[in-house]
Amino acid sequence: MTAIQLYLCLGVSLWGLGSLGLFLATNFIRRIININIAGNGVFMVMVALASREETIDPVLQALVVTGLVVAVCATAFALRLSVAHTQSKQDSER
Amino acid sequence: MTEWLFDGVLVSLLLALATACVFTRSLFNSITLYIAFGLLLTITWARLGAADLALAEAAIGAGITGALLLSAYAQSSFVKEQHQKRQTHWLAFAFLLLILIWLFQAIWPLADLTSSLTELSQQSLNNSGVDHPTTAVLLNYRAWDTLLELGVLLLAFLGARQLAIRPYKLPTSWPLLTAWSRILAPIIVVVGSYILWRGTSGPGGAFQAGALLAAGAILLSLTEVLPPLRWRSLWLRCVVLLGISLFILVAILTAWLGNAWLEYPLDYNSLLIFSIEVAATLSIAITLTWLVVGDRES
Repeated sequence: MTAIQLYLCLGVSLWGLGSLGLFLATNFIRRIININIAGNGVFMVMVALASREETIDPVLQALVVTGLVVAVCATAFALRLSVAHTQSKQDSER
Repeated sequence: MTEWLFDGVLVSLLLALATACVFTRSLFNSITLYIAFGLLLTITWARLGAADLALAEAAIGAGITGALLLSAYAQSSFVKEQHQKRQTHWLAFAFLLLILIWLFQAIWPLADLTSSLTELSQQSLNNSGVDHPTTAVLLNYRAWDTLLELGVLLLAFLGARQLAIRPYKLPTSWPLLTAWSRILAPIIVVVGSYILWRGTSGPGGAFQAGALLAAGAILLSLTEVLPPLRWRSLWLRCVVLLGISLFILVAILTAWLGNAWLEYPLDYNSLLIFSIEVAATLSIAITLTWLVVGDRES
């Protein structure tokens, strides 16, 4: 097993862990954290594939840089949506 | 041998942190563990030779995501924390295991294949206007991706702005923190600008610099050195829209006067790429700052 294969396996395992957590979690912040862990697993697979050769594949790397920013945007929006939802639920209960 | 030791420690730490983050009982601990996990990911990207990503992850993955999670935790702390049910969903577990086995089988042979894109991107590097292949991919070969990504950033910003949530009051900050952040802020601006400028010839670029500047602005905003960001102010709107509008302008001009959408003329490509990068950095920095500290009470 080479180092690349090790990191590929780690990526797949992280994806699995995140998805399992997503199934089990009930709190919205936890769900969002778990989606992020699963997403980081996907990034790990892509980065490991990018560094298979001596010269690193810039296309895959650039895709992951793009992916990171999109992931943080989606996280911010999802968190805000959930916070607004819990606050409005609390207001209607009063 | 030492490399194996390093890889082994890194992989087991990452797995342990991720497992603890998923299964720990307290939500606050889970968030803290996720931030630590992000920091270790930074080291992993550096180990895998992706310096661009390590820079981006340090600022975005560990820093800004952590701040977002913590502020959401503070804003919804009235929700009674439900402890995770300990009952194991065997069905979910078995189903995931099957998918994982299939994924492992699919991914294993990929390690021996090679990509032809590496060579292609090296060949046309001389005509791309920059010296660093990743920046060339981001802003020249696949500039469409970056344009649409700025679109996603704007959409997330507009979406978040539509959702009214109660403004919250920050606790008065510790005097030492205020003093330190005043010293730290100019250093962050210098480092951010250096990373932006360096992006044309080495690891770095608009996203990394933007995220770093945003981190500095968030720090200053939390210690109330910076005034709160208001959507009403004209300059804020202009800066948020600057990146994507300049990019679209360049796209239209290249389609109109040149050969194709976003095919830069060879004489001006370095200048065009650099000005797009500067505009995008400012937009990214302001948007990310607003997403984290947009609605604090003044």
